[in-house]
Amino acid sequence: MRLLRYGYVTAPVLGALWSFVAAVTVALTMSFVTGDGFRPSAAGVLVLGAVTGALALLRFSGAALVLAALGLEALGHWAGLGALRTSGQVSAAEAGVMLVLLALAVAVPIRVILRDCPAGALSRHEFEEAVIRFLTGFGYVFFTAIVIIPFYVMVMTSLKSQQALLQNPLDFSIELSRGWGLLRSYRELFVDFGFGGYLVTSFVVSVLTVLITLLFSIPGAYAVARLRFRGRAVIGRSILLIYMVPMIVLALPIYIAFSMTGLRNSVTGLIMIYPVTTIPVALFMLQGYFRGLPAEVEEAGLMDGLSRLAVIWKITLPLSLPALASVSLYVFMIAWNEFLLAFMLLDDPSKFTLTRGIASLNSSEIPRQHLMAGAVIATVPIMALFLGLERFMTKGLTAGSVKG
Amino acid sequence: MAVAPPQGTGPLQKREARLAWGLLFPTLFSVALVVVLPLLSIFWISVKPVGLADLRPTAPIVRKDLRGKTGDQRIEYRLRNSSQDAPISSVVLSDTLPAGVELGALPEPCKLNGRKLRCDFGDIAGGFRTRVKLPVVAIDEAAANAIEKTAPVVTGSADNILTNLRFTTENFARVFNGSEFWSVLGVTLFYSVFGTVGALVMGLFAAMLLNKSFRGQGILRGLYLFPYVAPVIAVAFTWIALFDPFSGSANALLVQMGVSAGPINFFGDRPLALIMVTVFEIWRYFPLSFLFILARMQSIDTDMYEAADMDGASPFQKFRYLSLPQLLGILSVLFLLRFIWTFNKFDDIFLLTGGNAGTRTLTVNVYEQAFAISNIGAGAAVAVVVFFCLLLFSVFFFKVLSREEGL
Repeated sequence: MRLLRYGYVTAPVLGALWSFVAAVTVALTMSFVTGDGFRPSAAGVLVLGAVTGALALLRFSGAALVLAALGLEALGHWAGLGALRTSGQVSAAEAGVMLVLLALAVAVPIRVILRDCPAGALSRHEFEEAVIRFLTGFGYVFFTAIVIIPFYVMVMTSLKSQQALLQNPLDFSIELSRGWGLLRSYRELFVDFGFGGYLVTSFVVSVLTVLITLLFSIPGAYAVARLRFRGRAVIGRSILLIYMVPMIVLALPIYIAFSMTGLRNSVTGLIMIYPVTTIPVALFMLQGYFRGLPAEVEEAGLMDGLSRLAVIWKITLPLSLPALASVSLYVFMIAWNEFLLAFMLLDDPSKFTLTRGIASLNSSEIPRQHLMAGAVIATVPIMALFLGLERFMTKGLTAGSVKG
Repeated sequence: MAVAPPQGTGPLQKREARLAWGLLFPTLFSVALVVVLPLLSIFWISVKPVGLADLRPTAPIVRKDLRGKTGDQRIEYRLRNSSQDAPISSVVLSDTLPAGVELGALPEPCKLNGRKLRCDFGDIAGGFRTRVKLPVVAIDEAAANAIEKTAPVVTGSADNILTNLRFTTENFARVFNGSEFWSVLGVTLFYSVFGTVGALVMGLFAAMLLNKSFRGQGILRGLYLFPYVAPVIAVAFTWIALFDPFSGSANALLVQMGVSAGPINFFGDRPLALIMVTVFEIWRYFPLSFLFILARMQSIDTDMYEAADMDGASPFQKFRYLSLPQLLGILSVLFLLRFIWTFNKFDDIFLLTGGNAGTRTLTVNVYEQAFAISNIGAGAAVAVVVFFCLLLFSVFFFKVLSREEGL
């Protein structure tokens, strides 16, 4: 441990670790963009990182360090011992791009990581700072990669043709020559599979769910937050309990009841069930917010002769618009993404919601890119809504719901 | 003279309570209808021998035709029992004949009263089917058309398996029978424990990354929430596509990088599939823990850290002795809530593997028993087991929650 806290040991070790992260990242990026083979080699990565780390201690300028890394790599590449090995069909230009990218990805962050790291013995502070900077860099790369890669694959697969996919599953380059043909799976989904209708159904179901949920949960939340009555504590608690009941346990009796009453296979049935699954969450979130509002404003309204209901309508609701927006967004998201009930209760393709429609694409006869195009169609609206109103969303999610 | 304070509940208080219950009524009513009632019925169904086919109630079915050539025509009623084994009692067929039809001699068990036809079949056995032929003596054009228009009515009462008093313990015997139950429970616990802990650790890591302000912090925060916000069906299918043994990019990458020799069947091989669905669970739900932990971190007083800096605490020490104790409350609440929710999770595993390759959890088993094996009773029995596990966890949860009211 003491040995590790010595500049000439710390720097090469962190350098080697970082260059491993950088090499894998560059290899992944290059593979995904070109579809060709790039493979990090352990020995090359180790040498490159350790040397760059040691050089970083000499406090060169950034450009000099990048150039040094680039030179080292080019030498290794030429000798066939480089950090990133390429397979046969990689062109010289691609190899060049790879070398530059790798040099940048290795040298610049290593310089930042070892910024305050002296060459000799390190204090505990200096050592931990360097380690934390390494971990931070690693964290950003790691989380961004695991989030972006699946979504990137989803979008790119939907633009490919089946043969191209089977031929080289790594090749995600867009064949611009196909022009509008790129969007073929989308066109087929909307024209032949009726996804336009599913989109409308999903939207209508989600909006109605939001409205009904608000209609039911606002008075309930107000009662729990403001009014004194026996059993208030019990109700506050049992609301939490309700959203821990697993959906599948409820889905079974609901399926039976709907089969017998003929509500199965109807959108009305879904609209009757969805709000009830969201009302407890909405009530819990709203009552937390109502509690935080100053009671004096409402009391002033009461003194001026407003009834309780008028107070809710004219004072409480206008004050809680941000909370209402959060709750609406959250409920909309739950309803839009709901899969289990739609899957169990809807059989007729003319009544499908989007999620149910995508589930019906999951068969061996329908090509993979249709499935991915369906996934994109379901994801884009909710993402757009979410990015536009991100502030409300994060607030809404933390306001008291941990439902997933 | 001390005036005694008013005792009991006054009229104002009563009015307030009445209003409160009035405001809560829609919520309580709907929740009772959609949550409490189904929960109670699950208990009822779990002790009844119900299959998927029993959901269509047993009833007599009749079809009516006018047959034969002019001069030798007959009205034919074909009656059958919809069930192959359940009997129906007091089956009566009634119909109204249009004017202009004259019938010949009526066969048993039919009687004509004016224009009203009534055939009393009494009790019919399961699988019963019969034809009743009524010879037509005279008929005019209008009546011939009218005959096919009026539908005969057939009534009868059958025993409904869902409402009768036949009980069985076979469902529970099936559920607990053999080693399957324990392996399912083991899989569920593995999935819940590692899924929850993994998501918490990843969430903590991500929260620490973003717990400082820099340009692009908002964008990264939004980006890291993507897995949670996207529809589960979209991301689950994307994972399947990504890890497909034949056309998946992950396998192609691994082979190319020389990590594995041949394609790996990530969602089809025994121990690997369970690990993969757990990794998926971590990937999908780390944003949630991340969000809560970040919110808590930003509310920690910075004074403490300044004091620690003055005392010469190193960054790791500050994390270990200041941040972690402050976060312990939210971490334990999150752990319990997420544990319960992961335990209850159905969609993710159902979509990824369908419960195959050693990934069948209790909730997937509910579906599997009820719909794949068509034994609703056994599915309900598993649901009852799930419910009792949940009850156990909630007791723990409320104990912890009352200690950590600060969520």
